Amino acid sequence: MRWTRRARPVCLSLAALALAAGLPGSLSTAQAPAAPATQPARFLVVLDAAHGGDDNGGKLADGQMEKAFTLAFSVRLRSLLGARGMQVVTTREQDANVDLNRRAEIANHAKAEACLSLHASESGSGIHIFVSSLSPAQPERFTAWKTAQAAWVTRSLALAGALNSSLMRAGMNVTLGRTGLPAVDSMSCPAVAVEIAPERDPSGKVTAELDDPGYQARAAAALAGALLEWRTEARQP
Amino acid sequence: MIPRYQTVIFAVLLVASLAMGVALWQLRERAHKRLVAGEDSAPTRAPLVAPAEQATLLVASDADSTLRDQVQSLPLPADPGARARAVLGRLLELYAAPDATHPVPGGAGSVAQVFLMPVPAPGSNAAASRPAGSSATGANPTTASVPASQPSEFKGPELAVVNLTGSFAAGHPSGIETETLTVLSICGTLHANLPRVTQVRFLVDGQQRATLAGHADLTRTYLAAEAVPSESAHP
Repeated sequence: MRWTRRARPVCLSLAALALAAGLPGSLSTAQAPAAPATQPARFLVVLDAAHGGDDNGGKLADGQMEKAFTLAFSVRLRSLLGARGMQVVTTREQDANVDLNRRAEIANHAKAEACLSLHASESGSGIHIFVSSLSPAQPERFTAWKTAQAAWVTRSLALAGALNSSLMRAGMNVTLGRTGLPAVDSMSCPAVAVEIAPERDPSGKVTAELDDPGYQARAAAALAGALLEWRTEARQP
Repeated sequence: MIPRYQTVIFAVLLVASLAMGVALWQLRERAHKRLVAGEDSAPTRAPLVAPAEQATLLVASDADSTLRDQVQSLPLPADPGARARAVLGRLLELYAAPDATHPVPGGAGSVAQVFLMPVPAPGSNAAASRPAGSSATGANPTTASVPASQPSEFKGPELAVVNLTGSFAAGHPSGIETETLTVLSICGTLHANLPRVTQVRFLVDGQQRATLAGHADLTRTYLAAEAVPSESAHP
């Protein structure tokens, strides 16, 4: 049969490839590197839009709820990160209740290079960046759920530094702090909580409200830029 | 012409409604008195007979996210628990003032009780109650070698359990920064005035609560000394 004659060389070449793949040594290593080299290394960011569903969070000055602001900001930031070639996992995509433990579970399963818990508040000024107040600890095979972040605090502080630098370059007021947040404390990744507050001048007068699209865009762009730098830093040997 | 029986019925109904109105008013007054009598009779302010002493308050400022020392003279009872409550009451009074640097409604009555007890021995608690600043894996140095049960004259490190009222938590502004400042200022003020208080835990209406107003974790044990600026920290 004609198709059999044509198929025989194909089968032989497939068999040869299969053998070559199974053989250790120079033959397999000569052909294998082509595939992994073309794939860029994975860089994954988890965006946790805080609150949602029954949990409204704080009430913002314009009558908006914190849960709505964080979701909108998460969507905005996700698109910016996607445009920069980063993979993004979000803890919620709609106005739904997501348990604090579930948020940490999502982040931990993703094995992300950066986890950002997004919040908003009317108090204070500019962007507040918080890292877990747990003391740094050595990573262990088994860690307590409520203090899983302890092994990552050093990396989280470095991430907070990168975010701080980028936001400062963008001309924003930044406050750095340590705190205890149940979701962040259970995350096993470099994790920070980013709280966005209205921008105020030194006299306390509001210069940019939270609902100002320009202010949101500036903050999101600075955060995306910081994560881009973080990716570069993470890939350095 | 209105029939006589209708006039009588009307008069009877009118008198009955007036009587019921008076009875209702009296019942309301009685219920009000009963509620007032049932309120927490524990002192919300330090008794004025106590001598005035200097107390250091760590007052939070939202403008620059800091805690600043503020020395105030106020009458303080001798009992450490009542003393802690009086100091915290004064701190929360400042926050409830109209020109507060860290506005939080509630005032002095927001602290229902403060219980002081010896710091639990290591290993007696689960990871859930590990101090905020302690190692996740190692033992906390401040909890070392303290027996679980201690006599009242125990002079070692103490754990303060601050029982806040539900109305205070419900009225607290929501936000990581503002809630963290409240928690740290309470911890710092306790440690500044009662140096033996090294750890602080929070309850709301006598129950454990996940967060103060949606953010700051109230299930963990806070290390009081970490909230105190170095210049005012006690050894």
